[in-house]
Amino acid sequence: MKRNFFKSQHLLLASALLVAFSFASCSGGSGSGGGTDSTSSSSSSDALIGAGSTFDNPLFSKMFSEYNKINGLKVNYQSVGSGAGISQLTNKTVDFGASDAPMNGKQDSALAAPALHIPVTAGAVVLSYNLPEIKDTLLITPSVLADIFLGKITKWDDPKIAAINKGVKLPPTGIVIAHRSDGSGTTNIFTTYLSKVSEEWSSKVGKGSAVNWPVGLGGKGNEGVAGSVKQTPGAIGYIELAYAIQNNMAFAKIQNKSGNFITPSIASVTAAANITIPADSKISLTNTDAPDGYPISGFSWVLIYKEQKYNDRSADRATKLLKLISWVIHDGQQFSSALNYAPLSPNVVSVGDAILKSATFDGKPILQ
Amino acid sequence: MDAPVEKDMMTRSSEIPMRVINSAKASEVVNTIKRIKRSYRQIRTENVFKKTLVIIGLVMVILVFGILLTLVVESLPSIKALGLKYLWGKTWDPVQDVYGAFPFLLGTLLTSFLALIISIPFSFAVAVFLGEYYPKGWLSDFLKNTVELIAAVPSVIYGFWGLAVLVPIVRSFESKIGVEPVGVGIFSSSLILAVMIIPYAASLGRSMIQMVPSQLKEGAYSLGATRWEVIRSVIFPYTKSGLFAGVLLSLGRALGETMAVTMVIGNTSIIPKSIFAPGNTMASVIANQFTEADKPIYVSALIELGLVLFLVTVIINVIGKKIISRFTNE
Repeated sequence: MKRNFFKSQHLLLASALLVAFSFASCSGGSGSGGGTDSTSSSSSSDALIGAGSTFDNPLFSKMFSEYNKINGLKVNYQSVGSGAGISQLTNKTVDFGASDAPMNGKQDSALAAPALHIPVTAGAVVLSYNLPEIKDTLLITPSVLADIFLGKITKWDDPKIAAINKGVKLPPTGIVIAHRSDGSGTTNIFTTYLSKVSEEWSSKVGKGSAVNWPVGLGGKGNEGVAGSVKQTPGAIGYIELAYAIQNNMAFAKIQNKSGNFITPSIASVTAAANITIPADSKISLTNTDAPDGYPISGFSWVLIYKEQKYNDRSADRATKLLKLISWVIHDGQQFSSALNYAPLSPNVVSVGDAILKSATFDGKPILQ
Repeated sequence: MDAPVEKDMMTRSSEIPMRVINSAKASEVVNTIKRIKRSYRQIRTENVFKKTLVIIGLVMVILVFGILLTLVVESLPSIKALGLKYLWGKTWDPVQDVYGAFPFLLGTLLTSFLALIISIPFSFAVAVFLGEYYPKGWLSDFLKNTVELIAAVPSVIYGFWGLAVLVPIVRSFESKIGVEPVGVGIFSSSLILAVMIIPYAASLGRSMIQMVPSQLKEGAYSLGATRWEVIRSVIFPYTKSGLFAGVLLSLGRALGETMAVTMVIGNTSIIPKSIFAPGNTMASVIANQFTEADKPIYVSALIELGLVLFLVTVIINVIGKKIISRFTNE
């Protein structure tokens, strides 16, 4: 009996000390998030681990479960957001990251080794509006769009909007702008587009996954913005194409660089990527030269280290990872359309192939 | 019990009176030894229990200071880069790396205190009703459980309900009084928060009111006081520190509430011009932007926001404690 008591006392002391120590180590490892020592545990298990973009998550769930049926490989994908995915790759706690925006200079310099960007799918951002009186699809030009989001056009019957939509009787309702309140890749694509088409937007607001909006209401997630748009008469907001299609929301046709008004759809997004893709694939699909491409589109990338031998990774694990990504950009693309993701066009796939072949293990190429 | 242990105990317990061992029968000796062993065990249990309590208490203290330390260390880059300007800067622009927390500080304080003002009449009314008018019976049990259920509902449900039901009502109200009818904003969030914090002040208030000695109340009644007069001149003065503590608890909850507020406040970093304008709170900015914060200084600025929220809570609590102790000393 008394033995037991002493034991439990020691146990308590020990656990208390443990708590204290883990605390000290947590506050000590400032800045980088201090998750480096969990790598060994993650790479010892069989499943591949990825983290990042929430936009990719439905597609990845489908693709990885199909891949598991074919090859028996398990992939554990955590949809934590693009930024968090990049920082997990930086800390080497995952096999791959996924992001809706290419890594910026600061994120690149935080990496211990160079990383590869492989485009895996493409998405688009659509402008949804709430004007119950209007039956036709609204047409919007880039300059009008920028003026609306800068707060310079405040009424729907503004002559600038009326000039594009001839014959449409626009109501004198005030424009209520809805934007994302959470940092997101969707915002990044949209603000990148506005920065490209409007000098004023570029200097006043800029581009990023979260920006200082001059006007408007913030909603959390696609559903938050969609909720504001649905509820508020006269509202306009930007949401993901897949979400808008699934929820039958009205969205505007946007004029692209060639002057055509394009309805956002899977086909027009794939068409937007039908341009010369640079060798590192880090290109924004906004406002591309493609004549029938929807201008507010963007790739989503999988991010891996170029040199796959880091920490105690095995060659086998690296090969499995590369084979998985190769499958995703080839056979995996058949699952895109059903989930309202735009499949990659052949020119993008060939760039992706070239990038995958440049990945090495201990200096030697992995895929032949 | 085996023999060696008993022998061990015999030698160790030398303070056993000799007459017990000499005069008593063998069985009684064994009984006495057993009793002594039990009391040793009891003393040991006491010690272990006391030590456990001390350790657990210490862990709590370490936790709080650990969190504070982490917040300070992680927000150092932002403190160094922005200095005190962070507190009254009016722009929050992650693209240009300009971070000013003033709109969010203002939003947090506005929503919390407005919610408190709205909730106090309700929580005090519930407390008086349950504590004084109907302390027993099925109706009071039902009401008590319902009020407590308000605290148990997850905040995301309040947010959802607010967005779907409350915001349209507020919007039509706004268009009637002639302000910009957006629905979401400081006012909507304060209403949601008010509902969420009612049970905290109400529960504490109810138990305080039930603890008022019946002699005091009966004395007042026998002097011809009406029920309202008893409540005003006996119950409220007797319980004011407890009622205030409940209000403080509510305020703490309102300051930190994140999810429900995020969904109905409109999330804009523009300083609100009226209580019907959209705004933002510190907690909701952190929740919204932390996952996609892609620059070290941005992350650090968000953590500093957490530090400011922490300090605001501490300051309000310290002031509250001061007020409570002044009430009790009177």
